Amino acid sequence: MTISAERPEVVEAMVPPAIVEPRKGRRGGEWLSQHVGTATICGFLGYLLGHWLGNYIGSAYPYIANSGQNALAALLALMFMVLGWLLGIGALNYPLAKLVGREAKGDVEYSGWTRYFRYNLDHKVVGIQYVVGVLLFFFTGGLLAMAIRTELLNPTVHVFSADTYIKIVSEHGTIMMMMASSVIVGPLGNYFVPLMIGSRRMAFPRIEAFSLWTFIAGYFVIFSALAYGGFPTGWTGYAPLQTQAGPGMVSYLFGFAVISIGMMTAGFNLAVTIINYRAPGMTWSRVPVFVWSIIATAALLTLASPVLAAAGLFGLLDRTAQTAFYVTEHGGSSYLWQNLFWFFGHPEVYIMALPGFGIVGEIIPVFCRKPLFAYRIAAAGMIGVALLSFFVWQHHLFQSGINPDMRPLFMLTTELISIPTGFIFLVGMGTLYKAKIRYEVPMLFCMAVYFNFLIGGISGVFLSDVPVNVTVHGGFFVLSHFHYTIMGGLIFAFFAGLYFWLPKMTGRAMNKKMGLWHFWTMFVFFNLTFFPMFIIGLLGQPRRVFTYAKNLQTLNEFSSIAAFCLGASFLIFVANLMWSQFIAPEKAPSNPWDSLGLEWQTATPIPYYNFERIPVIMTDPYHYSEIGAPTLADFGDAQPAYPSSSVATSTDPDQ
Amino acid sequence: MGSEENDLRRIVIIWVVLSVVGDLLYWLFVGPHVPPGRMTTTAKDNQFDFNVLMLIALPVMIGVWEWLGYAAVRWNARRKDMPESVGGPVAAGNKRAEVSWIVITTVAVLFLAVFGIVALYAGNGSGGGEGPNPIQQPAGAVKAETAALAGNGSWSPNSNEVLPVQVIAQQWKFTYRYPTFGGFESPDLILPVNTEIAFNVTSLDVIHSFWAYQLEVKADANPLENNVAFTKTEQLGNFEVRCSELCGIWHGAMFNPGKVVSESAFMTWASSTESKNATNTANLPPFAWTYAPDANGAAGGYYPDGGVTPYSTVEIYGSKQPS
Repeated sequence: MTISAERPEVVEAMVPPAIVEPRKGRRGGEWLSQHVGTATICGFLGYLLGHWLGNYIGSAYPYIANSGQNALAALLALMFMVLGWLLGIGALNYPLAKLVGREAKGDVEYSGWTRYFRYNLDHKVVGIQYVVGVLLFFFTGGLLAMAIRTELLNPTVHVFSADTYIKIVSEHGTIMMMMASSVIVGPLGNYFVPLMIGSRRMAFPRIEAFSLWTFIAGYFVIFSALAYGGFPTGWTGYAPLQTQAGPGMVSYLFGFAVISIGMMTAGFNLAVTIINYRAPGMTWSRVPVFVWSIIATAALLTLASPVLAAAGLFGLLDRTAQTAFYVTEHGGSSYLWQNLFWFFGHPEVYIMALPGFGIVGEIIPVFCRKPLFAYRIAAAGMIGVALLSFFVWQHHLFQSGINPDMRPLFMLTTELISIPTGFIFLVGMGTLYKAKIRYEVPMLFCMAVYFNFLIGGISGVFLSDVPVNVTVHGGFFVLSHFHYTIMGGLIFAFFAGLYFWLPKMTGRAMNKKMGLWHFWTMFVFFNLTFFPMFIIGLLGQPRRVFTYAKNLQTLNEFSSIAAFCLGASFLIFVANLMWSQFIAPEKAPSNPWDSLGLEWQTATPIPYYNFERIPVIMTDPYHYSEIGAPTLADFGDAQPAYPSSSVATSTDPDQ
Repeated sequence: MGSEENDLRRIVIIWVVLSVVGDLLYWLFVGPHVPPGRMTTTAKDNQFDFNVLMLIALPVMIGVWEWLGYAAVRWNARRKDMPESVGGPVAAGNKRAEVSWIVITTVAVLFLAVFGIVALYAGNGSGGGEGPNPIQQPAGAVKAETAALAGNGSWSPNSNEVLPVQVIAQQWKFTYRYPTFGGFESPDLILPVNTEIAFNVTSLDVIHSFWAYQLEVKADANPLENNVAFTKTEQLGNFEVRCSELCGIWHGAMFNPGKVVSESAFMTWASSTESKNATNTANLPPFAWTYAPDANGAAGGYYPDGGVTPYSTVEIYGSKQPS
């Protein structure tokens, strides 16, 4: 069936624009051009310059010079470091050239493995770079978690000093939050959204690459806190403590500002891409559910992150320019930080949940061989969660002394959000109904998302009830709750997505046996680690303590040992990744799961411009097990349309 | 293979049985022991709330898990004679299922919200911090609090009067002032039984959170802010106070024991401590809802001349400020 016969009016849209092959870089000059190495050098030089400048300015002010803490020097050093990093990687080549009225030199696209170390505009390269980036964040934060659980093995024998412990807790929380806000949107969102909507590129490739390199810069900024003596506030950075803390706080505030710029840019790039770059025929009722989750997330990223950047800016001004935004006795308010932070922070929580919903919605039909149940409800659920998420933030402040009139309102809005969240469960359960379920590794991770997120979601209802909140606020119950939603939901979904799509991204299959070992150890020990924490919380252990009541030692020990095993389960993943991708790579079939998704209909490896001809989409990608199902898309003459491309494994043009 | 009705009927029957058994077991054996016990009205009420939520949550969780488990076993592709999945419009949605799901979840959620709001008002704020102007409060609280600030409050055993107690948090300890007993300050939190207590929580430096665990009271301590929480003691015994908001390095070490004693014993302790501490009390700042931090407080270092003179806050807080 060809589209030209049925709908001649769209044929024109199919005519591809001429593919411009990227200009290859000069072979000999590769190491002289810009890459991670030059970025590191420029970042380091920027750091020195900023530090010197800060000290030079500070020396004129006795209260800075005499304090022994020059927050200004720390801030300027970090600012110039990020600027140098971006300059060194080449992120500023284009805007700077335009600024002085010249044409930019053109985007040199390198081929080969070195392009992964460069400012690359191909969304597929950026996606892979993001995978490495988020894993870097994730494993660093994970090691810190191991340190926390080591300290909590015993209430009286201390491995770390109270000071070191609180620094570790703060770094763990902050790094993990930074990671989690990008963990799916960055790698899988950037990589697969254009492929799923039938686009050749992102709307703003430069901004996409910019978001990646600011994200990586954020890693260095937040780690620089340790060099400045750490920060004692946890990831929430509550204000009078923030004002009191040492210069490590600058790294926290500026780190979040940098990350939020990355989030903002990534968000609006994705939103614009999804709105404007859909292939002809890709109507809103045919968009894959993962794309729905990404556009809902992108809206949150774009609208919530600026608040964090502004909040961080106020904090930095308080520290460096002696303003008093958060200093109550000078006319500011410590509540201001709490409100700004959670006004960002609660949408942030859904930034960390929605992409996970999208992934399970995308993967479960493939392994059930059934259409997604109630597609419209799934999309409505995601949009509903995204909208409501802006109206619930004060539930973090129920006991803080806010206007008591607000508490019933925020209790109501918070509980309302469980209605659209419930939609996601309806969709999953309906799809499982009378399916023929194949238990591949990604499917197991998706089932685990439902298992874990149920506990996380239901415990959230307890937290939203103000009377019960008096018991559980600020204790291990909350801690367990959000680990169940973020780790149990998002991170499990991330691994589902990784196992599902890595064969497409790299052309190499993951080892199934090791994948199963990874899944079962991670699932079992995750629950053994965090479920006891609900009980620990109910028994009265506050968060972020280095010591606790003696009667809680058994539970804490149990949780710690399970946590070490949970940590070890990621070694299996790393081993699998190394083995299957580098040591003994096995070529993956071009559509190993028999998915109907558009992203699987391109060649493997995916050509630079994704689709040789822009496909014309004719239906949604969930017509599994349907006799006489319509063809997904018309690819023109260049590629065989589904189903032949998914069956054949030898269509790869390049290998 | 069974028909559609058979599968659904089986799921529903198993669900009903498991839910009833689960709820009964929970209500009879777990519910009465849910922390933090029944030492005060708020502890008792909030325990009841927790248990009601649990009675609703358990069937939901059992339902979803049962569905997942049933699907995992029953519709497993590795089973012999598994028919192929059926696609098409039949599988892509079911109006009745969708509408009933939305209606049921909405009703459950609205019930929970209304229940929570009623419980919050009935429990006089349920022991949570309500800020400086509480709206859910026991009778007589306003009178007692106003008198306490004016310095002419009084409390006597068996009078059913509200007892105002001030909780002052600082890095890293709590101290307590009793305005109806001359405003003496004590490191011990001793409370009379069968008495409405009004905790007035404030901080001298960073944000802390006063969490009297067994009393089921939790209120953040904010600098220059009075955060009021109510509860009524009902049982004698010891309880623990912990800080539940990260307040710096020694946050984990910020806890102290407290005690609920008989009203006459409390009267004896309070009166004797008042006279014993009289000299100290005279040197304390006059009783006020909040106190400005000293030069080493939270915003330490924010001095216009880089020296030791803090900004004056007298204009804002009037004569209640320490000189």
